[in-house]
Amino acid sequence: MNTSGWIQLILFAAALLVTAKPLGLYLCKVLDANGKTFLDPVIKPIERLTYKLTGVDPKQEHDWKRYATAMLLFSLVSMLFTYAILRLQAVLPLNPQKLVAVGEHLAFNTAASFTTNTNWQSYGGESTMSYLSQMVALTIHNFVSAAVGISIAAALVRGIARHTSQTIGNFWVDLTRVTYYLLVPICVVFAVVLVSQGMIQNFKPYDSASLSDPFTTQVPKVDDKGAAVNGPDGKPVMVDQKIDAQTIVQGPMASQIAIKMLGTNGGGYTNANAAQPFENPTPLSNFLQMFAIFAIPSALTYFLGRSVRNQGHGWAVWAAMFVLFFAGVMVAAHYEAAGNPNFTALGVDPADGNMEGKEVRFGIFNSALFATITTDASCGAVNSMHDSFTPMGGLVPLLNIQLGEVVFGGVGAGLYGMLIYVIIAVFIAGLMVGRTPEYLGKKIEPKDVKMASFVILILAFSILGFSAWASVSKMGAPDATGALTDGTNNSGPHGFSEILYAYSSCTGNNGSAFAGLTANAPWYDTTLGFATLFGRFAMIVPILALAGSLARKKLIAESAGTFPVSGPLFTSLLVGTVLLIGALTFVPALVLGPVVEHFLMHAGKLF
Amino acid sequence: MAAKTHSIFDPAIIIPAIGASFQKLNPAHMLGNPVMFVTEVGALITTALLFSGGQGASFGFLLQITLWLWFTVIFANFAEAMAEGRGKAQAETLRKSRTETKANRFRGDGALEEVPSNKLRKGDVVIVKAGEFIPGDGEIIEGAATVDESAITGESAPVVREAGGDRSAVTGGTRVLSDVIKVRITANPGETFLDRMIGLVEGAKRQKTPNEIALTILLSALTIIFLIVLISMKAFGIYNGVDFSITVLVALLVCLIPTTIGGLLSAIGIAGIDRLVQKNVLAMSGRAVEAAGDVDVLLLDKTGTITLGNRQAAEFLPAPGVTKEAMAEAAQLASLADETPEGRSIVVLAKEKYGLRGRELNELPHATFVPFTAQTRMSGVDINGTKYRKGAADQVKAFVGGNLPGAVQSDVDRIAGLGGTPLVVASNEKVLGTIYLKDIVKGGLADRFERFRAMGIRTIMITGDNPRTAAAIAKEAGVDDFLAEATPEQKLALIRKEQEGGHLVAMTGDGTNDAPALAQADVGVAMNTGTQAAKEAGNMVDLDSNPTKLIEVVEIGKQLLITRGALTTFSIANDVAKYFAIIPAMLLVSFPSIAPLNVMKLASPQSAILSAVIFNAIIIILLIPLALRGVKFRPLGAAKILQRNLLIYGVGGVIIPFIGIKAIDMMVAALHLA
Amino acid sequence: MNTIIKETTTAVLATLLFALVLCGIYPVIIWGAGQLLFPHQANGSLIEGSDRKTVGSELLGQNFTSAKYFHPRPSSAGTGYDAANSSGSNLGPTSQKLIDAVKQRVADYRAENGLAADALVPGDAVTASGSGLDPHISPKNALLQASRVARERGLGVDVVKTEIDKATTAAQFGILGEAGVNVLKLNLALDAMSPKK
Repeated sequence: MNTSGWIQLILFAAALLVTAKPLGLYLCKVLDANGKTFLDPVIKPIERLTYKLTGVDPKQEHDWKRYATAMLLFSLVSMLFTYAILRLQAVLPLNPQKLVAVGEHLAFNTAASFTTNTNWQSYGGESTMSYLSQMVALTIHNFVSAAVGISIAAALVRGIARHTSQTIGNFWVDLTRVTYYLLVPICVVFAVVLVSQGMIQNFKPYDSASLSDPFTTQVPKVDDKGAAVNGPDGKPVMVDQKIDAQTIVQGPMASQIAIKMLGTNGGGYTNANAAQPFENPTPLSNFLQMFAIFAIPSALTYFLGRSVRNQGHGWAVWAAMFVLFFAGVMVAAHYEAAGNPNFTALGVDPADGNMEGKEVRFGIFNSALFATITTDASCGAVNSMHDSFTPMGGLVPLLNIQLGEVVFGGVGAGLYGMLIYVIIAVFIAGLMVGRTPEYLGKKIEPKDVKMASFVILILAFSILGFSAWASVSKMGAPDATGALTDGTNNSGPHGFSEILYAYSSCTGNNGSAFAGLTANAPWYDTTLGFATLFGRFAMIVPILALAGSLARKKLIAESAGTFPVSGPLFTSLLVGTVLLIGALTFVPALVLGPVVEHFLMHAGKLF
Repeated sequence: MAAKTHSIFDPAIIIPAIGASFQKLNPAHMLGNPVMFVTEVGALITTALLFSGGQGASFGFLLQITLWLWFTVIFANFAEAMAEGRGKAQAETLRKSRTETKANRFRGDGALEEVPSNKLRKGDVVIVKAGEFIPGDGEIIEGAATVDESAITGESAPVVREAGGDRSAVTGGTRVLSDVIKVRITANPGETFLDRMIGLVEGAKRQKTPNEIALTILLSALTIIFLIVLISMKAFGIYNGVDFSITVLVALLVCLIPTTIGGLLSAIGIAGIDRLVQKNVLAMSGRAVEAAGDVDVLLLDKTGTITLGNRQAAEFLPAPGVTKEAMAEAAQLASLADETPEGRSIVVLAKEKYGLRGRELNELPHATFVPFTAQTRMSGVDINGTKYRKGAADQVKAFVGGNLPGAVQSDVDRIAGLGGTPLVVASNEKVLGTIYLKDIVKGGLADRFERFRAMGIRTIMITGDNPRTAAAIAKEAGVDDFLAEATPEQKLALIRKEQEGGHLVAMTGDGTNDAPALAQADVGVAMNTGTQAAKEAGNMVDLDSNPTKLIEVVEIGKQLLITRGALTTFSIANDVAKYFAIIPAMLLVSFPSIAPLNVMKLASPQSAILSAVIFNAIIIILLIPLALRGVKFRPLGAAKILQRNLLIYGVGGVIIPFIGIKAIDMMVAALHLA
Repeated sequence: MNTIIKETTTAVLATLLFALVLCGIYPVIIWGAGQLLFPHQANGSLIEGSDRKTVGSELLGQNFTSAKYFHPRPSSAGTGYDAANSSGSNLGPTSQKLIDAVKQRVADYRAENGLAADALVPGDAVTASGSGLDPHISPKNALLQASRVARERGLGVDVVKTEIDKATTAAQFGILGEAGVNVLKLNLALDAMSPKK
């Protein structure tokens, strides 16, 4: 890594560190139903009106079951809402490109994916989604799925902080306050800054630019119905096409991108996501987008420390996250800079690293950094194509997701995921101090271990189970000859990585992809949609149960014999637990994908 | 049952344990331990493959893998059988004390009948005469007797047991030495303390503690996860054109699931209770042992625990005009005939401080001794017409006839005020001075309490003394706090208060009026000499009736938990090396270019897999002594213990298997086993 | 059951209300602010040609294949720099297809720029970008193309190099990102100097 890379990394780390406390303090106020913020004069009336219109009593707190019920019903209703709009977009307004209705499998996949904060996209945004679909069906989830994640984290932290309490908060109040006081205000500022960098925000139809240097290219011949015409040899017939204009995508992008990053959604406005120059025009917009991914998750650790009255614990969790983040960046940046030996053999300058799938304005380092951040968190936005990363460079995002995206992580989801590891770490190592394990004064009992175990079990089950199924089935879209394929764009271990990445990404609610996989086929759309639902709700419900169980417990007094949950020792323990419990599960899969490919690449074997 | 430790390698335990390891292969038994159950199923699968002609792998390789998988299960069973065997040996000693005897039971009409002791029911009343064994646990309802309890406590001195009060409980199997007592039986056959204890140490009736259940859940989850990992791996292999053999997948599975802790978990639990029994403490449940590890407040009775049972002379305070030496000599002479511990302590103090050799009674032929009695509360000696006396101030005042000198009187008042006992010494009518008898704090306690403080455990002294006295002793003993002028109600209230503050409290007690507090405490250790009510209320009984034992009980509880955590950490950390051994071996044939992944440079794919499996099996055997003895406990703060154990069992758990597997691989290669 | 009905009602109302606030009011606020404060950027940073017709966006790369133009990076967006179809190649590092393509591009690049057979070729010149719309090439790449463009246009190489400098964006604030040469801007600037033949 060169000096400029180090400077940018230090700058990024410093920005995270400096904002954790102020933003964390603000979060404490937002997540307290009675908290006072400087935005009260503007927002309080809207908040009150919202409760009135939706019939919510903000003074009433609920137990975990009621909290979970409200969360599940809201997710279900809003998912159906999105599904309906996508299916009906052809007849709904704001469709200047006259795009057709979204198919049923894709609509299910997309609705599930956005509801779960995954924002996996089996489609290219600019060619599939009307302005209404982008602005309403998808954008609403960018906000509320993020708000749900933060609410769940807040509920869990309350469970940890409270004792002998039946309630863990009011879901509607958390949802409303997070949306109004946290997400919207930051997004308003952030979106305008993004526009200043060149991001579009308009309601115009797509523009057309006439090319200075028209060119001719070969395209498959299509018949009247738009189907490809095959020649006698079964291959598509190619015809010359003269290209003399460029269609320039337009629309309300900045408003969506701001929340896409801040809410760790990652669903792009365009197919190429944050690599597309409108979606990420400059290195500054790139830096701010990366920062927006980590800002809230980083501040949530401060919120944790503050809530449990042990700021050292909050910082220890932050430090563990930072260590894992740093390690990821180092590995990814190293291998991407080292490049592809097969390129070097052809005479490509080895100093340039692996530029396939990367943008010049970001270069190697900012691409590796972005890839690490977007998968540490459950964002999934990409400013470079992970599929074209070197094997080990691509292993980092894959592993980050498989660890459960607990390195800062998705908004809320990262913290509650990490807290599951904390509980497992405290449970195993806690015994070693000679007491039955306790976490911040709460005994860890069978029920709690059961819930924590269930969460890591679901992660392994959904990722490995679905990947195994997909890798021995040919369930992808048919190829030109009509034969069923597994949908991969690459062969050999890399093809396997594409499948593994898809189910990791969906289960982890990440949404990024080894995008070569053609996932827009009924079977993939359906199974990946289910993976997103498992990865979200099969985790949240046990986590809320855990919150309820912890809240009810009596508090045990702290003493020198208490298991220390702050300081470098705890940080190391937590990092070790994440790597041992999290990574060991995926070692065989990672070896059969990226690791084998790494050695084969160096041996010059191609597929 | 004297405290006895059995050597780990006692053949009398090992040989039956080997047999039991095979009996335990019964799948119904294995179901209680999901990790080992999966291992056994794995072993069954490879056995089936072995007999169906294998899967392409060489017969020798398949056979060895199969054998080692069976060994893994058997070794785990062996560990459990060893712990149970040691428990049984303890139980056997206990059982010996429970020889079947005849009992003289009162029939409903008041007549006596002779029945075997095992026919006695709760509520029966029996008569026990001198020389007879007490037929069951019970309570004396009439009479008093000296009882030989050495069978239970190992203490040879007989003890007095009498109806009413706090010394009414008797234990089955002990022998009445004098007098006749009427005993009401308080336990049905099979429910006595001994029976419960035997059941516990034998592991037969051992219920899993909540912590064991929680750990089992986690270990089961890990097992299921690795099952998913291995099944999916087969599919991933197919995608990549690699056909992983079932044998190798089973081998990897068994290596990855936490067999080390899974195999040793129940042995650790049984051994913990066993260690407690070795200290002559009977725990009513495994849960109580774990609770002992959690305790962070110890309520310690002053008398017997913190101070010696009796007061001792600490200082001579001469009256004005009397030399210390003269007073000391008089005090010593006056105490020669006082056989009480207090009296002896005066003789000793005079000797130690003033070099006055304690003379034997027969050295003074012309002396007339006046022994100490409860009535006179004074002892002394008459030599050549001089009457030396020492005794309570009032008595001596009466003896000298008149008031004590002002300085002496003020000494007496001062000492009494400090909670000590003042004794006044006089020769004839002359008052020579005051002896200060005070509580003597047991040696080494302050250090011990200091270590407890480091571990985060607070000690609270309970005493009937006035606050001033209590404060002085508390300071000297180094306890953190004290409860003075304590009544049983206050004791109970204190426990409740501490518990509300989130503390876990341990205490000892013996009296009936201690029962509520014993029941309320998280760990209540009843003295065996105590009442039946106290024993029922507590969750442990100390057969030695030594209140200081509480401290050891806490240490044993902690040790049990540490051992469990250490081996769990070790077990999980081992997986790293096992992956490095097996995964390259599985892929090397299909992808020769991954050779650099074989970081241990293992000889061949087959020897790599075999070595990992062998290591996985052998480590269980190697860790049995640790599981049975427990990880050495150090009285340090949690952070230091954690750091230490993480280094040894976490980091060590990552490194050791690399060395172990490499060593085994070299042997396997040298012996051409694979 | 009552709870379920009550919570479902709230869920429906909340969805509709949030849709209104977050999807109606919020984007309009951003639209208003964007159009007011940064109208050029908010509308796509469009470049107008001499005839007031749109010739492209400052931010989006375009395909140039003629020898007199600087060539952008290979593109996988549709038929090449199709801005309605942004995409990378998504070919992995062991893809035969990718290595074949790179091999061809290396040969072509050396041939059209008159480089030696063993000359190192800049990485960005032979690899497709993530979006397929990368507006930039590396300065190194631009300099290697400079003599060809100068020759084709009959300009001095130093004149072309000056234009390259003008079209080069340095790392932002000297720290963030990498320097790049905006190919569209550079080619348009060259066209402006020497009207199309």
